[in-house]
Amino acid sequence: MTYMRRPSVVHPGLPHNDLGLSARDYEGGISTLCAGCGHDSVTSALVQTLFELNIPPHRVAKLSGIGCSSKTPAYFASASHGFNSVHGRMPSVATGANSVNRDLHYIGVSGDGDSLSIGFGQLCHAIRRNVNMLYVIDNNGVYGLTKGQFSASADVGTTAKKGEVNIQPPIDACLTALTMGCTFVARSFSGDKQQLVPLLKAGLTHKGFALIDIVSPCVTFNDHLGSTKSYDFTRQHYHPTIHTDFIPPAEEITVSSEDGDTISVELHDGSRVVLKKTDEQYDPTDRNSAYAYLQKHTAAQEVVTGLLFIDEAKPDMHETHMVVEQPLIDIDFDTLCPRRSALEKIQNRFR
Amino acid sequence: MKTAVITGPKDNDFTIKVGNVNGTGSASANTLLMKVLFRMGIPVVAKNYFPSNIQGFPTWYEIRASENGYMARSGRIDVMLAMNAETYQKDLACVAPGGYLIYDSTWPRHNVLNRQDITILGVPLSQLCNDNFASSRARILMKNIAYVGVMAALLDLDMEVVRELLNQSFASKAQLLDANQLAIDLGYQYAKENFECPLPFKATAIGKTDDHIIIDGNTAAGLGCVFAGATLGAWYPITPSTSIMDAFRAFCDEYRKDPVTGLSNSCVIQAEDELSAIGMVLGASWNGARAFTSTSGPGISLMNEFLGYGYFAEIPAVLIDVQRCGPSTGMPTRVQQSDILSCAYASHGDTRHVLLFPANPAECFTMSVQAFDLAEQLQTPIIVVTDLDIGMNDWMCPDLQWDDNYQPDRGKVLGADELEKMESFHRYLDTDGDGIAYRTLPGTHAKGAYFTRGSGHNMYGAYTEDSDEYKEIVDRLLTKWETAKGFVPRPELHGTDKSGIGILSIGSCHDAVLEARDRLAEGGISLNYLRVRAFPFNSEVQEFLDAHDRIYVVEQNRDAQLRGLLLLETKVEQDKLVPVLHYDGLPLYARFITDAVRTDLSRGQAA
Ligand SMILES: Cc1ncc(C[n+]2csc(CCOP(=O)(O)OP(=O)(O)O)c2C)c(N)n1
Ligand code: SF4
Ligand SMILES: [Mg+2]
Repeated sequence: MTYMRRPSVVHPGLPHNDLGLSARDYEGGISTLCAGCGHDSVTSALVQTLFELNIPPHRVAKLSGIGCSSKTPAYFASASHGFNSVHGRMPSVATGANSVNRDLHYIGVSGDGDSLSIGFGQLCHAIRRNVNMLYVIDNNGVYGLTKGQFSASADVGTTAKKGEVNIQPPIDACLTALTMGCTFVARSFSGDKQQLVPLLKAGLTHKGFALIDIVSPCVTFNDHLGSTKSYDFTRQHYHPTIHTDFIPPAEEITVSSEDGDTISVELHDGSRVVLKKTDEQYDPTDRNSAYAYLQKHTAAQEVVTGLLFIDEAKPDMHETHMVVEQPLIDIDFDTLCPRRSALEKIQNRFR
Repeated sequence: MKTAVITGPKDNDFTIKVGNVNGTGSASANTLLMKVLFRMGIPVVAKNYFPSNIQGFPTWYEIRASENGYMARSGRIDVMLAMNAETYQKDLACVAPGGYLIYDSTWPRHNVLNRQDITILGVPLSQLCNDNFASSRARILMKNIAYVGVMAALLDLDMEVVRELLNQSFASKAQLLDANQLAIDLGYQYAKENFECPLPFKATAIGKTDDHIIIDGNTAAGLGCVFAGATLGAWYPITPSTSIMDAFRAFCDEYRKDPVTGLSNSCVIQAEDELSAIGMVLGASWNGARAFTSTSGPGISLMNEFLGYGYFAEIPAVLIDVQRCGPSTGMPTRVQQSDILSCAYASHGDTRHVLLFPANPAECFTMSVQAFDLAEQLQTPIIVVTDLDIGMNDWMCPDLQWDDNYQPDRGKVLGADELEKMESFHRYLDTDGDGIAYRTLPGTHAKGAYFTRGSGHNMYGAYTEDSDEYKEIVDRLLTKWETAKGFVPRPELHGTDKSGIGILSIGSCHDAVLEARDRLAEGGISLNYLRVRAFPFNSEVQEFLDAHDRIYVVEQNRDAQLRGLLLLETKVEQDKLVPVLHYDGLPLYARFITDAVRTDLSRGQAA
């Protein structure tokens, strides 16, 4: 067999979560990505997120498109169903899946090629519908899987490994998301797990579409001088604007608000995100100011990170489509089928 | 060989064509005329030829009364109601010798526009309406109703039935009822006073429409999806499929919505395009719901990649393709059966899809239900291939039937209890030897988890690039294809003649073929007829091909797609299959077939 399963060695000393599961129970198959690929760090952050949120693995649905990034759902939560769809079309699959079973936790993993080029339309429309899901973009500025062509997130003037210069202006996932009405917009860096995990937790708990654009360097094709998506460049220009803490429902808020203002937003299940601003001008609950701030600082080549915007109040897809609370797949057939007597009544209109 | 008699109109056997400008509200008048005939017990079918435009273009409506119940286009026009000055010349030309043309004589016609072999009757419809109605809108609308009055006199329609229909339509709008009744009377009186009524052919009540309804295929298909228990309809608007989702939504609103909360047990999503629509259907079906999409040719083209995914990853899906005239945008409001091949082999790689071919609205209802069962039994996309003629025209059909004992066949799905007892689960193991593996639904049990992918996978569901493992999967899909042959609806055989000549056809050709067969039999030519109802073709199709020396393959496309599919998928010899191809965008009619068959047979005799 050509696929690899992780050996199931149990370490007795591993910590367990409320479900009695260890972090190992949230792992997946062994990654086949290049050693050092940023995507693997995102994967491990997702493992930690699910473990710490006490989510039963089988209540998670993992979905992706095509690309190195889109392979990663195979590398976490092997006890969850996965749907590795076609290139750029994961948002529609997630929308359909979610429409009939709103009780699962949906995690979409995509790439900058998958989301900002071929799948741009689907991404925008999933945002517009406010599909309740966590949507992660592993953003490396290139098409990793097809060997390093520029993606739509590559900055003008970026050089490819072999020297070619990118001439087409980039599409910024977060600016796009803000414009499309996204209710949770964040940016992070695969190299900063401290920041990433609380963001993933908040995004997964948020009711609505949570987009997290994660700079996730491609060590093989885009980690050189001249790239703005390399580890070095990202570290040098890293600008955590909003520090995010995720507080589960039962816990007390203990975060101090020494530097800058602190904002606390309650999520629908009673948990909270506590946002600590490093910049006083910033208001992560005001879409326009978030947009203006992001645009200004991106132009100055800063990688603005943190939970940039949140709106917990906007109705999600189920609410706008006026669908019952119960997952549609759980409604029994006899309730769905109008039966013969109804058919007779209907037919009388056609006589 | 006897030559067939081309019969003229008779009582209860005639065709009326109405030429209008679209956007002038003629639809209700035309439907009224058709319904009167139906309520008088006369089998009737209507064909609507409308433009791909919202207002101001010519539109025609053909009503065929057929005592024998032939539902195809008649191919001859006995009465032309020429209400559109722009198409007058064309409308005049289409009337069969001995027929009638009625026009609005408020404005006199030019002399040139005349014919000696038909009777032309002028009715000052505009004048009558201008004299009797105040608003300009009413004048336009009532002109249409007034010509129904004219036809009522000329065809001796039952005025009680006319009144009854008006009463029903305007039950809560007394003012409108009065106006419509007046318009009917105006036309009726004028005809009675000025023409010899009735015409030599008329309508007489015959009671042949009991236990029948008048319905279009799209409404029937939408209704079928409701009865089948579909909970997601995802779509992108396209003529001529749109009214399927309209119907689905309307019936869901009626039967699945909580009147208090306004919340529904189902979801209709208007997608951003067809790629997304089919993606949603696959996502929902993967999650265990019954989900469907409806589209037409251009949408099929866009859905290709996902259809291949559904085939290879083995996900149920139901797609209703209402075929229209291609290629490209083609003629969106005209009919063809030109998606047969693109549906059968949709997507790159070795893919084959199960297709169902309804022949009328009643079958749209039954086959849409069947499609959901097949999709879940076979874990693959099922395409119901219908067309504009079936989908958008009003057909007379026997009452739709529903068995309250019906329970959906969910196929091989393992539940939590079964998974709990299992050592381990592997998605693509053919444990039963029928090519169909067991699947699990997300959220059921940790043991049931697997990774659905369109990339190479082995029978355990894991990624592979190993040749043998890959072949194992695609070969098993062939086993499943063989299994499908036993699951899909069987073809319908008509006749057990020993002549060795056959007709094979599909979908909306059916009624024209039945009629052609009757006409040919009158001329001494007997043909057996096989109507294919599904792809893959099963053994009965092969047997029919084997049992005949010459087979006319009747279909509505230029490239003989059904014939091509038979050549690819059966062991038939090429020369046996004679293509009979109708592809001008209008529905097929019997004489087209009888002419083709006669010509071919006489050519054979001469040789
Ligand atoms: C329809 C289609 N076109 C092209 C491809 C080839 N392809 C595979 S992955 C990919 C780009 C992936 O880029 P990205 O989403 O950024 O993922 P990364 O590999 O960088 O993580 C392309 C173009 C494909 N699989 N399908
Ligand atoms: S090619 Fe790039 S993106 Fe793909 S696995 Fe290697 S490092 Fe990661
Ligand atoms: Mg990329």
